[in-house]
Amino acid sequence: MLYVVIAFLFLAIVLYFLLGGADFGAGIIELFTSEKNRQQTRKTMYHAIGPIWEANHMWLIIAVVILFVGFPVIYSQMCTYLHIPLLVMLMGITARGTAFAFRSYDAIKGERTQNLYNHIFVYSSFITPLFLGIIAGSAISRQIDLHPATFLAGYIFSWLNYFSVAVGLFTVALSGYLAAIYLIGEADDEKDAKRFIRKAKYMNVIAAIFGGMVFIAAGFEDVRLARWIFGNAVSLTAVISATISLILMWILIYRGKMKIIRIFAGFQVSMILLAVGYMHNPYFIMIKGGKNLSLYALHAPDKTIDDLGWALVIGSFLILPSLFYLYYSFQKKNEIV
Amino acid sequence: MGYICKSYLAVYNKLNMNDFIAARSQMAISLGFHIIYSCIGMVMPFFMAVSHYKWIKTGAPVYKNITQAWSKGVAIFFATGAVSGTILSFELGLLWPKFMENAGPIFGMPFSLEGVAFFIEAIALGFFLYGWNRFNKWFHFFTGLIVGISGIISGILVVSANSWMNNPTGFDFVNGQYLNIDPIKAMFNGSWFNEALHMSLAAFSATGFAVAGIHALMIARKKNITFHTKAFKIAIIFGAVAAILQPFSGDLSAKNAYKTQPAKLGAMEAYYHTQPYSPLVIGGIPDTAAKKVNYGIEIPGMLSFLVHDNFKEPVNGLDKIPVRNQPPVTITHLAFELMIAIGSAMMILGLVYFIAIWKKRSWLYKKWFLNLFIWATPFGFIAVEAGWTVTEVGRQPWIIQGIMRTSQAVTPMPGIHYSFYLFTAVYFTLSIAVIVLLSRQIKMVPELYDR
Repeated sequence: MLYVVIAFLFLAIVLYFLLGGADFGAGIIELFTSEKNRQQTRKTMYHAIGPIWEANHMWLIIAVVILFVGFPVIYSQMCTYLHIPLLVMLMGITARGTAFAFRSYDAIKGERTQNLYNHIFVYSSFITPLFLGIIAGSAISRQIDLHPATFLAGYIFSWLNYFSVAVGLFTVALSGYLAAIYLIGEADDEKDAKRFIRKAKYMNVIAAIFGGMVFIAAGFEDVRLARWIFGNAVSLTAVISATISLILMWILIYRGKMKIIRIFAGFQVSMILLAVGYMHNPYFIMIKGGKNLSLYALHAPDKTIDDLGWALVIGSFLILPSLFYLYYSFQKKNEIV
Repeated sequence: MGYICKSYLAVYNKLNMNDFIAARSQMAISLGFHIIYSCIGMVMPFFMAVSHYKWIKTGAPVYKNITQAWSKGVAIFFATGAVSGTILSFELGLLWPKFMENAGPIFGMPFSLEGVAFFIEAIALGFFLYGWNRFNKWFHFFTGLIVGISGIISGILVVSANSWMNNPTGFDFVNGQYLNIDPIKAMFNGSWFNEALHMSLAAFSATGFAVAGIHALMIARKKNITFHTKAFKIAIIFGAVAAILQPFSGDLSAKNAYKTQPAKLGAMEAYYHTQPYSPLVIGGIPDTAAKKVNYGIEIPGMLSFLVHDNFKEPVNGLDKIPVRNQPPVTITHLAFELMIAIGSAMMILGLVYFIAIWKKRSWLYKKWFLNLFIWATPFGFIAVEAGWTVTEVGRQPWIIQGIMRTSQAVTPMPGIHYSFYLFTAVYFTLSIAVIVLLSRQIKMVPELYDR
C-alpha cells in the first residue's frame, strides 16, 4: 500500500503542477498582455477556467493531506523550515482564488473594483507559482538545516538561494507556457489563436532560458542536477521524449491542431517532473549534511498507510469520472448565464 | 548592515509577543473566520436545492430567481471557505508541527476523506454554477444537491478530527510513544457523533437565521416582497427546526464532556467545589482567585440533574483536577453562557415562527415580527464562535486531551506574531470584501434576479 500512497502523492503533485499551473499561467498571460487585448484574453480565460478552477486546486489539498497523514515527519519538517515561503504561497492562493471569484460575482461591475480584482489576480497568479517553485527547489537543494545556528540560517537561507529562486522562476515560465498552449485551443477566432501562439512561443523561450538558469544555479549551490538528470536511463529518456514532443507539438500547431497540443505540453512538463523526481526518489526533502528525508523510511505506521491507500483508491473512483465529465461538458462552448 | 540588523533586533524585542500566544491567537482567528465561511458554504446549497426543486415543480420564476441569487452567495462563500480551508491545512503544520508529526497518522483519516468529499463538492459546484440551460434540469438539480451533501459530509469529517483531540482514542500511549495506531477507531471516537450533530445543527440554525434575517430586512423595507418572502420562508424553516433541536444535542454534548473532559465541564459551569445537589450557575463572573462566581444565579441540584439525571448525585468539580491541567475558567464560562443564552433565544424565535405560520398568520408581516428576525441575523454565528471557544479554550492546556500539551506542539520558529498580524489583516480584509459583495448582491436583486 505504501507504493500506492506514494504514487497518489506524485500523481497529485503532477496534476496540481499541470492543472493548477495552467490556471496560474492564465493569470500570468493576462499580466503580460497589452492593455488593448486584455479584455478579450480575460473573456477567453473566464470561459476556459471558470467552471474548473476550483477543482484544479483540490490536488494541492490532496497532496497536503497525503503528506500529513502518511508522512507526518516530512510534513512537519517542511512546515517548520519552509514556513515563510509556504506562508507567502498561501497568501498568494488566498488572494488569487478570492479575487477571481469576486470579480465574477461582484453584482456591480464597477471599473475601479474590477481593476482592483484584476490587479490582485494577476500579481498573485505570478507570486504563487514562484513560491511553489521555490518550495520545490528548496526541497532538493540541500539548504535546509535541521540544526540552524541563527534565524537566517534556519528559516531564510533554507529557501532564499540561487537554485530555489531559479526553480521558482522556471515554474512561473512553465505555468505561463501551459496556459498559453491551453488557451490556443480555447480561442474564439483566428486572430486570438495567433495571439496565444505568439504568447506560447515567448513562454517557451523564457522557460528554456530559466531552465538553463536552473542548471547554472545548481552549479553555484552544488546541487548535482546534471548528474541526476543525465546520469540515468529513465531521466534521460524522459528529457529526450519531452524534447521530441516539443518539436512535434510545434509542427502540429502550424498544421492547425489546436486541441491535441495541450496533451503534448502536459506531457513535456510531466516528463520534466519525472526526470527530476525519479533520481531523488524516495528522498522527498534533501537536507544539509546529507541526511535526507525518505518516503520509505519516514512513513506513518502500516495500518494508517493501508487505510489512507484505500481512501485514495475509493476516492479516486468517485472523483476521476466526475472530473473527466466536468472537463468534457465544458469543452463544448456555450454562453454562460 | 550591522546597524540595520541591530535596530531591527531592538524593534523585534520590543514587539516580542510570546510566540506561543501568537500561534494560538493566529489559530483562533483562522478557525473563527473559516467556521463562518464554511457553515454558510455548506448549508446554503440546501436552501438553494429546495428553491430549485420548487422552481422545477411549480415553474414559478421567483424560485429560479432565488436559486440563482443564492448560488452567487454560495460561490462567494465556497471560494473564501476553500482558501481559508487550504490555509488551515498548512497552518496545522506551520504552527503545530510537533502535534501534526504525532497526531497526523492517527487522526488524519477524516482529513483524507474530507479531501475526497471536498473535491467532489468543487466538481459539483462547477457543474451547478455554470450548468444553467446546459444540462438536463434534474441532473442540474442533482449537482446542486451534491454540493450540499458533500459539504455536510466534509463538515462532519473535520469535526470528527476535532473530536479526536477532545477524546483521543485509536492508539496506545506508552512511554511517550504512540503505538498500535488505528485511524478508523480514532475517527469514530466516543465524541464524534455528539460533536458532529451539534455542529451540523448549529450550521443550519446559524445560516438559516442569518439568511432569513437579511431577507426579513428587505421585506421590512418593502423591496421585492414576494421574492424576499419566499426566500425568508425557506431559510427560516431550516433555521427554526435546527434551533429547536439544538438544546437536545447540547444536553448530549454536556453529558459527554463530563465523561471525557471533566475539566472542560467544570470550567463551562465555573463549578469549583464538588458537592451533592450540585448547583447550576446561570450567568455570573468567575472570581478565579477566590474560586467562586459573583453575580450568578444558582439553581441547586440542577447540574447534578443535567449530568446524572438525578438531583442528588455530586458532580466532580474543578477541585478534583490539578490546577496545571485546568483550562481558563473565566473565558470558558462566559463563552458557554453566551452560547446558551443565544441558543435559547433562537429556540424561542423558532417556536414563535411556527406559532405564526400555524395559528397567527397575520404576524408574518408585522413590523415587530420582522424586527425580531432582523435582530437575530448575527445570533447564530455569535453562538457558533462562543461554542468553538468553549471547545478549544476548554480543552487547554491540552492540544490532545491528556496526552500532549499545546505548548509542546508549537513551532520552534520565532517571530510568529508577525504572521499573526498578517493573518489578522488578511481575514479582516477578506471579511469586509465578502460583506461588501453580499450587500451588492442584495442591492442588485431588483436588477439581476427579480425584475
